[in-house]
Amino acid sequence: MIGSPPPLLDLLALSTDEYALIVERLGREPTEVELGMFGSMWSEHCGYKNSRPLLKLFPTSAPWVLQGPGENAGVVDIGDGLAVALKMESHNHPSAVEPFQGAATGVGGIVRDIFTMGARPIAILDALRFGPLDSSRNRHLFHGVVHGISSYGNCIGVPTVGGDIAFASCYNGNPVVNAMAVGVMPHARITRARASGIGSALILVGSDTGRDGIHGASGLASRELSEEREDQRPTVQVGNPFLEKLLIEACLGVLDERAAYVVGLQDLGAAGITSAAVELAARGGVGVEIDVSLVPRRESGMTAYDVMLSESQERMLLVVRAGAEAQAMAFFQKWGLTSAVIGRVTDDGRVRVHDVVQVHCDVPAHLLADAPTYRRTGVRPPHCDRLAAIDLGALPAESDCGAALRALLAHPNIACKRLVYSQYDHSVQTNTLLGPGDGDAAVLRIKGTDRAIALAADCVARYCYLEPYQGGAIAIAEVCRNVASVGARPLAITDCLNFGNPERPEIYYQLEQCIRGMADACRALGVPVVSGNVSLYNETAGQAVYPTPMVGAIGLMTDAENRMGAAFREDRDIIALLGDGEECLGGSLYLEVRQGLTGGRLPALDLEAEARLHRLLHAVAQARILHSCHDVSEGGLGVALAESAILGGRGARVQLQSGAERREVGLFAEGQSRAVVSLAEDDWEALRGLAAREDVACRRIGVVGGDRLIVEGAIDEAIEHLTEIWRNGLGRAAAGIESVA
Amino acid sequence: MRFGIVVFPGSNCDADVAHVVGTVLGQDWRYVWHGDRDLAGLDCVVLPGGFAYGDYLRAGAIARFSPVMDAVAAYGARGGPVLGICNGFQILVEAGLLPGALLRNGSLTFRSTWTDLIVEDNNTPFTRLYRPGQHVRMPIAHGEGRYVLAEQNSVRPVFRYRDNPNGSMEDIAGIANMAGNVVGLMPHPERCAEAALGGVDGRTLFESIVRSVVLT
Repeated sequence: MIGSPPPLLDLLALSTDEYALIVERLGREPTEVELGMFGSMWSEHCGYKNSRPLLKLFPTSAPWVLQGPGENAGVVDIGDGLAVALKMESHNHPSAVEPFQGAATGVGGIVRDIFTMGARPIAILDALRFGPLDSSRNRHLFHGVVHGISSYGNCIGVPTVGGDIAFASCYNGNPVVNAMAVGVMPHARITRARASGIGSALILVGSDTGRDGIHGASGLASRELSEEREDQRPTVQVGNPFLEKLLIEACLGVLDERAAYVVGLQDLGAAGITSAAVELAARGGVGVEIDVSLVPRRESGMTAYDVMLSESQERMLLVVRAGAEAQAMAFFQKWGLTSAVIGRVTDDGRVRVHDVVQVHCDVPAHLLADAPTYRRTGVRPPHCDRLAAIDLGALPAESDCGAALRALLAHPNIACKRLVYSQYDHSVQTNTLLGPGDGDAAVLRIKGTDRAIALAADCVARYCYLEPYQGGAIAIAEVCRNVASVGARPLAITDCLNFGNPERPEIYYQLEQCIRGMADACRALGVPVVSGNVSLYNETAGQAVYPTPMVGAIGLMTDAENRMGAAFREDRDIIALLGDGEECLGGSLYLEVRQGLTGGRLPALDLEAEARLHRLLHAVAQARILHSCHDVSEGGLGVALAESAILGGRGARVQLQSGAERREVGLFAEGQSRAVVSLAEDDWEALRGLAAREDVACRRIGVVGGDRLIVEGAIDEAIEHLTEIWRNGLGRAAAGIESVA
Repeated sequence: MRFGIVVFPGSNCDADVAHVVGTVLGQDWRYVWHGDRDLAGLDCVVLPGGFAYGDYLRAGAIARFSPVMDAVAAYGARGGPVLGICNGFQILVEAGLLPGALLRNGSLTFRSTWTDLIVEDNNTPFTRLYRPGQHVRMPIAHGEGRYVLAEQNSVRPVFRYRDNPNGSMEDIAGIANMAGNVVGLMPHPERCAEAALGGVDGRTLFESIVRSVVLT
């Protein structure tokens, strides 16, 4: 018979069943500190209770994968003895409560995951979702998040090179703030977060430990937001980017030391020392012993509970071979960093925490690490079939395609994001060959080689809301298409799955189906998922966000000179459309903007055709025959043409395929597996030859030139005017000014 | 010739400068830790961009007290060429090696973008290979770049913005001391020294100093 569960339970978001399970596995009631540690480790945020069985559906291996999921970041081989680490993570709820610090510490956390692997961080991407900017609350969140990312990323000298921003009312009050970081390292420096060597020292480096962020993982990140959560501001941590920069240099420096005395490295994120120590021990199959009295503190009066659960930022835990402690600590001293030996590796597989002599925790590491998992039964949300059944043919025909194009270009989802990226340093480290706004993906050179990597982050959550399986598949297809469009071969995916409360069957259905769609697309396109993060309970007042499986992709170019931008470059160039994905307006932004409808059946996605398009894009990049390449995505062919024209500062004359009764279908349908390219007339036959070889439709649709975008029979607009609308769309919205397009 | 690149805690363009002078121009270089005072054997000292000491309090306000700054001041006073880029410029101003102050951008936001500049003065060792009045493009990336100077003081502008991005007085993007051997600028010449990065106008600045040192 167990006693009644303590009141702490609610603060921890553990269920009474889970409490009973802890008591059963432990064979006794947990101490207060043990319960706090279980609560954190078994939180959705750390324990992946609802998602772990589903994540097993992802393909995770390929010959170039050096480290798949399970470590701080995934690692892929890029040749020349170099490897790239990548990971994406959410900071949604902290950002909802305190946007500046929430977003800033999100960047700090994901960057730590990268250098924990031994990689030097070389790029950050941010994928953000907010409610519409006509609300002052959403504008506050938007400006705060962008400012937070800017202040942190700029200070640590890691360029923010790309990302994705969109707005929809489902994100009112619950923004999605996902940060992705990427780093590069020689193979020999790949470091893992596992403890070994009985007697090795646990050295805590960086910030002193304070009371900030206690219950961040369990109380804040692992359940729905409510009005009362506003008073949870103290669960949000405060970032110190200067300290992070010192940690980057000191940790990479200590890993480079010849002595190789660093056995393992783990950053302190959610659940602080608890999670770091448990993961080091569980992964290494050893035990750890920690004396909390040895932990340097920011304030007096902290209890063992506070110390073990603090989420103070900018801290790292090193496992250092016994005898080398002084050497390691001297290195940190040079960088002005505090470090302290707080414990040792033991041989009994237990996590022991004491305060001088008083024992607070004595539990086998695997009990803490193995959170229970739940396999639930999903129920298809009724809106999926209802919205798919809407007869789009019955909608009024578009009366003014030019006005529709202007409205789309002014829409904050499509409009130029310069307002945001001009606040991010995107050129520091001097590797950025294609930066924000230059192409469909960022391209970074790898110094000392001819190689470059391409990076993109993306997700059209509206598709996932309408048809979760297909939306998940499209998310993968599109992000891979983004990196293929700059000339790279897609290598791997990192993801961040943002969903509502999985205990609701309709949300669980969305989660499961999105994952299945993503997994099938990954298999078809040959890209494994190497790392990721899950953020559930994204709800406010019972309203869940759209299912938002944010995906980040890395692609490899063996020759950086093969990169392709999105801007039209030469007058008289031919414009061609590659691919013949189904043109159907279902799910399009056009329907939402011009017809006020979020619905219709999504255009078909043929994964084989998608794979063929990627192969073709890689081949044409190597042949260097294209002057521009831009994938067709939100806003359809019309927006893709306008963007290439605006970026190039030159017009185009285009003929749509005859026969289409409704011009708006050809212009604004978001048909998949397509790209708009431009090239010299002389190279047209070469392109046709390569397209035929890869079995991809290749249709000549127009010519670059002039100062107007002319689509015969539908659009005739001055590029200057379109440029003005596109450049200012986001700024107007962010200033609370209604669109004048 | 041999460049010294000063590394403060929080410098983040040190490796970028090293890449340009070492890999692009093939010159010798070494890092100078902010706690050191030894500048022996250096033909030019560069204070790179970044956020020295996190730019806490005010950009450059803490870094000016680093031990190396006494040595840099003495080096500059002897006529040694000193270049401060972005945060390095802010530190030189805080340390009094250059006049004026760099305040928060007029927009109150960090700005990262290409800017068009005019070369105002090519009589410094860092600008001798530019033509006077030459239009050049360089990236900026800063939050505190608005140059101001009290009226009674005089300044020697070296670069001016053509489209002032931060509200600087008289469009000033970079200045020199009266002797011309200490130059500071907010734009980043090291980020535009290779065609692959979108421009090579910054390379001329580094070639200028190499030429100057070789000639003397």
